[in-house]
Amino acid sequence: MEQQGMRSPLGRAIGLGSAKEGVEHWWRQRLTGLALVPLGLWFVVTILGHVGADYEETLAWLGAPIPAILMIVLIGTTFYHTALGIQVVIEDYIHQEWVKLASLVALRFGCFLLAVAGIFAVLRIALGG
Amino acid sequence: MPARFVRGSQTEAFMPPADRPLSPHLQIYKPQLTSVLSISHRATGLALSVGTLLLVWWLLAAATGPEAYAQAQSFIGSWFGVLLLVGWAYSLFFHLCNGVRHLVWDTGHGLDIATTYATGWAVVAASAGLTLIAVVAGLLQWHQG
Repeated sequence: MEQQGMRSPLGRAIGLGSAKEGVEHWWRQRLTGLALVPLGLWFVVTILGHVGADYEETLAWLGAPIPAILMIVLIGTTFYHTALGIQVVIEDYIHQEWVKLASLVALRFGCFLLAVAGIFAVLRIALGG
Repeated sequence: MPARFVRGSQTEAFMPPADRPLSPHLQIYKPQLTSVLSISHRATGLALSVGTLLLVWWLLAAATGPEAYAQAQSFIGSWFGVLLLVGWAYSLFFHLCNGVRHLVWDTGHGLDIATTYATGWAVVAASAGLTLIAVVAGLLQWHQG
């Protein structure tokens, strides 16, 4: 905290208080986590059921409507949950302000890019390339 | 004049941090089931984040064509790939089971010490058991297919 001698503590605090959004991160992490319980179990079961599948079988499996829809929802939810989770880790362990900010930006960009890449791949398989 | 009134407490606001003792560091704090599971939740979450890279690579490979898919499959089927998969399976089951434990806590239930330990050991047993089942099921499917 920089000392700005002429400003009162109240003056510094005004406009920096609660934005009434304090629970949003917590709530979204819980909501995505709750969704990932059935999605994660489905993912493990469906992957195990197709161990050793060849290329054609894999395309037929991933391209069918229900697996494709669930996989897209899984990817979107997973990367949302991942971004929220790693954000807390960054905020906990990185204390240099610009490194923290750069990490948070890179995290958001990276998760968004990976989610789009994964969803694009599933759509291409399902809808034909 | 609230501003002038508050200015009186300025010296207090700019007091340097007191020379208080620090809370116990990890090196001297005895590990407990609760703390170990807590940091494991974070560690498995990070491990799973790395695992998502493989999932996206594998999906992109399948979407790209047979050669790219064969390349991804040969990595996944290698001993290192299988080792990673088993590690990620354990991480997923642990994070999932302990995540459910967290969701129950969020409803305000099971927060006393006895229940916390009971559910903690249940998470350890369930995630180990589910991983074992998944590995056996995966190996059976592999030899069938």
